[in-house]
Amino acid sequence: MEMELELAQNLRKLGFIINPIAGMGGRVGLKGTDGVLEEALRLGAQPMAPAKAARALNSLLGFREEMVLLTGAGELGERVARELGFKVQVVHETSGAVTSQADTVALAKSVVVQGSELILFAGGDGTARNLVEAGIFEAGVPVVGIPAGVKIHSPVFATHPERAGELAGSALSREGASCKWREAEVMDISEEDYRSGRVMTKLYGYLVVPSDRGRMQNKKAPSPQSEANAHREIALEMVAQMEAGTAYFVGPGTTTRAVLDVLGQPHTLLGVDVVLDGKIICQDASEKDLLAVQAKYPCRLIVTPTGGQGFLLGRGNQQLSPEVLRGVGRENLMVIAAQEKLAELKHQPLLVDTGDPEVDALLRGYVKVWTGFKTAAMVAVR
Amino acid sequence: MKRIDRSHKVRRFHQAKWDESIIFELSKAGERGILVPKAEKAIQEVTGSVDELVPAGMRRPSAPALPEISQPRVLRHYMRLSQQTLGADVNIEIGQGTCTVKYSPKVNEVLARMPEMTELHPLQDPSTVQGILEIMHETDLYMREISGMDRFTFQPSGGSQAIMTMAAVARAYHAANGEGDQRDEVITTIYSHPSDAAAPAVMGYKIIHIHPDEDGYPDYEAFKAAVGPRTAAFIVANPEDTGVYNSQVKAFTDLVHAHGGLCGYDQANANGLLGVTRAKEAGFDMCFFNLHKTFSTPHGCGGPAVGATGVVERLVPFLPAPLIDRKDESDGVTYFLNYDFAHPEHGIGKVRLFSGVAPVVLKAYAWMRTLGAEGLYEVAKVAVLNNNYLFQKLMALECVDAPYIPGKQRIEQVRYTIEKLTQDTGVTSGDIQRRMMDFGMHYWTSHHPYYIPEPATLEPTETPSKEDLDEYINTLKHIFDEAYTNPEIIKTAPHNSVCHQVDESDMDDPQRWAPSWRVYLRKTQ
Repeated sequence: MEMELELAQNLRKLGFIINPIAGMGGRVGLKGTDGVLEEALRLGAQPMAPAKAARALNSLLGFREEMVLLTGAGELGERVARELGFKVQVVHETSGAVTSQADTVALAKSVVVQGSELILFAGGDGTARNLVEAGIFEAGVPVVGIPAGVKIHSPVFATHPERAGELAGSALSREGASCKWREAEVMDISEEDYRSGRVMTKLYGYLVVPSDRGRMQNKKAPSPQSEANAHREIALEMVAQMEAGTAYFVGPGTTTRAVLDVLGQPHTLLGVDVVLDGKIICQDASEKDLLAVQAKYPCRLIVTPTGGQGFLLGRGNQQLSPEVLRGVGRENLMVIAAQEKLAELKHQPLLVDTGDPEVDALLRGYVKVWTGFKTAAMVAVR
Repeated sequence: MKRIDRSHKVRRFHQAKWDESIIFELSKAGERGILVPKAEKAIQEVTGSVDELVPAGMRRPSAPALPEISQPRVLRHYMRLSQQTLGADVNIEIGQGTCTVKYSPKVNEVLARMPEMTELHPLQDPSTVQGILEIMHETDLYMREISGMDRFTFQPSGGSQAIMTMAAVARAYHAANGEGDQRDEVITTIYSHPSDAAAPAVMGYKIIHIHPDEDGYPDYEAFKAAVGPRTAAFIVANPEDTGVYNSQVKAFTDLVHAHGGLCGYDQANANGLLGVTRAKEAGFDMCFFNLHKTFSTPHGCGGPAVGATGVVERLVPFLPAPLIDRKDESDGVTYFLNYDFAHPEHGIGKVRLFSGVAPVVLKAYAWMRTLGAEGLYEVAKVAVLNNNYLFQKLMALECVDAPYIPGKQRIEQVRYTIEKLTQDTGVTSGDIQRRMMDFGMHYWTSHHPYYIPEPATLEPTETPSKEDLDEYINTLKHIFDEAYTNPEIIKTAPHNSVCHQVDESDMDDPQRWAPSWRVYLRKTQ
């Protein structure tokens, strides 16, 4: 063991995380495994994630001698990695016989502390959320998801387990500069609602993933322009439209963040920031803050729909409450989205579900969605 | 005559691949193609120094960085490049949907290369170029008949410039009415050509895109929400790139007129419409034809072309000058360059030098004269028939589909999807595009972004015979079969073509683009 660790000092370090229970609920019709593992086991569900993780590692066999996998004990990754002959450094022991979300979070934290260059993880949207909780995005460590969960809404997963392994391999083999990365949304739906037939996506955060059209499930339509350039173009249009003396509520997301980047102002990725005359006057505003600003200034709201499902305004952002939205009014809504995001929606309307039927009705109709500098599309809101 | 049955076979094609350098890389200091002799002393005495012939302010401080290369090396370089192209005269040109590549009759080339044409200069006195002026005037008259518009200009040198001209006309018209500042939006649809958005954007307009409704027609409700006092113009293609024809387009143009806007018809490709419908009856105020798409003049690799642009009477004062007019006098007919029609304050001036690319207009004129009115209608019928034959044959394949208007025919092209093939085999439409090159054929996907997944846009025009269409279909079928049996050969294609695989992600990044040698040097130093 000592010998192995010593060797590891000179090897590339790859984080390897398996959420062994991911995907178990799906086979037995439970639409996810969060909170219903016992029932899934009772219904005869079998673990699936370890086998998928093994398929991913198979694509990495060519790098086996050059790397060490930082992983968790037993089913959290160690077993699969050892079976395939990889060098292993166990950085987290399981908390109990049955692994939990806390294990994933703790393991992800350890993997980062131990200096992993990249994290390969097997799971679903819930597992991706755990990585966000562990602060992987802030640590700047990129990830590749092995699709193994029931819900795969976040574009942080490869198309197949084998592709996940290949992506990790090419990221490790290329020098940093030539490898392209993008920030991908981590979204999840409440499984409880999902089981009762309600679908409401919420944005939980971001993870850095390889920018690879062929092998990542990024759902984004091919584009002649990088996402960052598209966002910047839209942001320049928003800034050009801004008027002095009007307060702008800038909603969550990377599209809206670009507006604050263009203004050289700090941003809250998952919150609402308020801009007046080109300067932030309130960061990560609460509902109360927004109502207070509304009492002082004319206000407009800059928002972007969530990728994939097109939720424009939902209950995910409680600070944008029905009362705040009523105060903003439909005519002061500034909706922005890259063309690729609209293409991904396949002409479906944008959705609003604010929890207040009157406000939903107020927001319905057609809105101009700004997709670039001086460029917009008319899109239905339902 | 007995024939060998080759209908089940695919063509064994192999293209020349020279691995040729860029001409700037071939440059050797001091090497020359032509040694220009020094002027004789007697001449020098009359003209003085060459430097003095050019005013000081117009002289460049240093010589241009042109490649230095001998004649045989230049010839060899371009002959090699010429062997690496896949032109319309060697392949069955069905695969470049929206580009509309049809046969260019060679007799029209002969006409355009006669000295009576090639020796003309646009700065000659009009009395010495009456022939070509007459031809251009008559072409204008034919285009009026075909479109219902009242006047044409041939000045725009291609489709995008024609669209830009339409936007310039709209801007000048609204300015003349005192609404120039108020009307700052142009509406188009996502399945119109991207230039319908890009060219008005160049003119400073904001662009509003309309998505299709569930049936694939532009969403009229969205359109109603978009049209208003800010609308300068509605510029649209019909049929769109999907091959879907919006038969309710008059409701759209009426609505724009009710709000004071203008309507421009992108008829770059009017192949399915000649003698069938006209811009005027559909309520348009402007339209244009790409002579290389509809009127058989060859595509010129971005070279000389004409986007013939027509307008209704009230917009004539805003056309670029000059127009070519006819004067009937007692001593005969003369043709002249008319500069007097333009609006005194809001005329748009010129969009290009002179009156347009005259040899291209001549070729289009000759094409129309050889076909006659009935022939033009026949072109439309055969183009639509060819397309729908191809459509039926491809839709019978399990892995091919085409979104929108199920069960109905398309006009002159179709945007297909092979999403099922991709799901089954991992082979994408981009992979098929590269594999088709191995059989000496084009296959085009779609403009970006892909609103239709794994798209393919095919457009046969009136040119191909049934045998040609069958060969194209057989080749596609062969590749689709390969996708299920040997996907690797597609993924690694092309094998027999000069083209190669490109990492498209580099195209996302303007910092990595090098549109010229100079830019390449600057970005790689």
